[in-house]
Amino acid sequence: MPERKRTRLAAERVADLIQTLAGRGYTVIGPTVRDGAVVYEEIADAQDLPRGWTDRQEPGRYRLEPRADGAWFGYNLGPQSWKRHLFPPQTKLFTAERADGLFRILGPEAERRPRAFIGVRACELAAIAAQDQVLLEGPFRDGLYAARREGVFIVAVSCTLAAPTCFCASLGTGPQAPGELCDIVLTEVVNGADHWFLAEAEGARGAEVLDRLAAEPCTEDDSRRAGAAVYAAAQSQTRRVDCDGLREALEDNFEHDRWDAVARRCLACGNCTMVCPTCFCTTMEDFSDVEGSRAERWRRWDSCFTATFSYIHGGSVRTSVKARYRQWLMHKLATWIDQFGTPGCVGCGRCITWCPVGIDLTEEARAICRDGNDGNTVA
Amino acid sequence: MEIQSLEKVIAEHEFFSDLESYYTALLVSCASNVRFEAGKYLWREGEEANAFYLIREGRIAVEINPPQRKPIIVDTVGEGDVLGWSWLLPPYVWKFSARAVDGTRAVALDGKCLRNKCEQNHDLGYEMLKRFSQIMNRRLDATRIQLLDLYATR
Amino acid sequence: MMPGPWQVRRVSKETPDTFTLVLEPLNGGRGGFRPGQFSMLWVFGVGELPISISGDPAEEKSLTYTVRSVGPATQALISRSVGQELGVRGPFGAGWPVDQARGRDVLVVAGGIGLAPLRPVIYHVLDHRKDYGRLVIAYGARSPRDLLYRKELAQWARQKDVQVLTTVDYGGVSWRGRVGVVTSLFRFMRLQPARTTAMVCGPEIMMRLVARELTTRGLAAGDLYLSMERNMKCGVGFCGHCQWGPHFICKDGPVFPYSRIAPLLDRYEL
Repeated sequence: MPERKRTRLAAERVADLIQTLAGRGYTVIGPTVRDGAVVYEEIADAQDLPRGWTDRQEPGRYRLEPRADGAWFGYNLGPQSWKRHLFPPQTKLFTAERADGLFRILGPEAERRPRAFIGVRACELAAIAAQDQVLLEGPFRDGLYAARREGVFIVAVSCTLAAPTCFCASLGTGPQAPGELCDIVLTEVVNGADHWFLAEAEGARGAEVLDRLAAEPCTEDDSRRAGAAVYAAAQSQTRRVDCDGLREALEDNFEHDRWDAVARRCLACGNCTMVCPTCFCTTMEDFSDVEGSRAERWRRWDSCFTATFSYIHGGSVRTSVKARYRQWLMHKLATWIDQFGTPGCVGCGRCITWCPVGIDLTEEARAICRDGNDGNTVA
Repeated sequence: MEIQSLEKVIAEHEFFSDLESYYTALLVSCASNVRFEAGKYLWREGEEANAFYLIREGRIAVEINPPQRKPIIVDTVGEGDVLGWSWLLPPYVWKFSARAVDGTRAVALDGKCLRNKCEQNHDLGYEMLKRFSQIMNRRLDATRIQLLDLYATR
Repeated sequence: MMPGPWQVRRVSKETPDTFTLVLEPLNGGRGGFRPGQFSMLWVFGVGELPISISGDPAEEKSLTYTVRSVGPATQALISRSVGQELGVRGPFGAGWPVDQARGRDVLVVAGGIGLAPLRPVIYHVLDHRKDYGRLVIAYGARSPRDLLYRKELAQWARQKDVQVLTTVDYGGVSWRGRVGVVTSLFRFMRLQPARTTAMVCGPEIMMRLVARELTTRGLAAGDLYLSMERNMKCGVGFCGHCQWGPHFICKDGPVFPYSRIAPLLDRYEL
């Protein structure tokens, strides 16, 4: 670790943190309550944070409820991930103009504002790392993503509570936010009036910001208590994905009755892919004006659950919902490992919460692997 | 001399490879050398099937003539191939027409003659059925693939 | 993700629904590609399509594509006329193993439009004749009028150590060539399996049948290469559409050794 600064920050100093970042020219994006959910949007000050709210999540269900202790980050995850800000649902790739039969590409308007993200969860850091790998670290580099991603100041917040849908602990992606990829890691400790943050700076940029916040020195006991709160969140997770041999087991069970069973429930709505923080599939759309002198090309999120996703002349390759669900789950838990060396699932549980029929990928993966493919009906 | 060379031709033809010479000798008495000029029909659909051919040189088109359409070639056979199995199975009627595309040399084996020999000698009959069922299997596979219309735009 | 401007220099009709376009760069772009690679071709305001390059890899001043009309986007492509512009990105993808095949016999097996991505291999082998052994081209199409590059096929057949075998699924009575599936041609090829590298492109079912037949005939699975096709939107591994099991067809392929993909070919709706 290059330079790690560990301090104790009074709860109310969160407001200063936001102001300090704004003062440094960052557009601050953080959690706020909108339409009954916690979403990540531009925030003006600490008043915008979801203080005093928590979320209740279970398969197919999400509700905000008040909490009495005044925690700033006393919720888990809303439907949207940071993907919305780094890899937006729609991006104009370029505008082209045509004159005298020849066209000219007017380059993309890349995102250049420096931005600070506040409240990034451990699982979401893992998701950002996963998207970095796809879009920046392969043989090709996505310039639009790079422009949005570059220089983002990240304030991560480790989780001290877990939703019933969380399973990051089993994947090793949380709930403790790792130092990599972020500038400051906060852990919120709330115990009645005893309310403060363990604030750890990763690198010079984070340390410099922490220095401005009148942080106090952090004791061994502070560190221990913050660590214990995160540990308790890990311990309280009830769902899990067992990674040992998972890829091989899924490969071996490409044909399994469970795929048919889940396909009977799956609506192929694609919600899971929209809320998934690692899903990166997109499609392209072209527009032109009536005279054909000006055209635009847009990139939009796509979903492997649509019938057209796998279309090649004459028809789609994955016509059945079974094949589409299998593609999605196997990509997350098996083929992503072949492609990028890690699973494409970070254990955030959004796909479980936001599935209208409450399909749980941890349960599906377990059923497919545990029961083996002996031809018996598992459902 | 003619008989001997015919026996050699039969023995060396791919279709009868590894056939014991005893059987080859039996076949020769039903065999004759034939030639077809380009464009000549060996037979037409619906005619009595009473021979099959070991093609030595040239090319034969297997055709069908659908009503209101031009004739279609569904298969071609050439050197090393065998042509025709309707002689082997009742009602001994050709289901397709066969036309020489190029000048073609072949050995014709008389169907009635062979059927009699196979009835008398079931070992010979078994050899013939083994070989023809392979041909039929190959042609059935090919037909199934053709039916897929692989290269169509759908 | 930005296409460069190229101009249509020549359009020739290959079959009733297939055309070859020769493009030249407008803004100092260059040709040059490896046989088997593809480009993303963009029609202004209409859309973008992955199209294999079908020309001579030694030609640096232009890029050649053979396009079959199978829908509105391909129709828009082949409707371009001489002098009109097209956007080009690429070339992309892993091509045919022309370097690994050096010193060996080369078997090219094509079905339908599948001859287009293989034509650069044929040009390359003929351009470097001493580097390769025999060249056998086995080509199947739907009907005689669907055969691509008929004049060139005849020219190639006249060259030393080149064997060209063609067949069609159905022929009219005026057709004097072979009728039958493409696998029926293998009986006629003069090749030693141990010193042959095979490159196969055509409809997926056809490639599966060809691969099985060739391995039965003694060709090693590692010496057999297929070019795969899936939906592609970006060509560079970002859009996710072309995923096929663990592979991105666009950047890991489109050409794969059969030894690597044989199990996937049997997976329905993968």
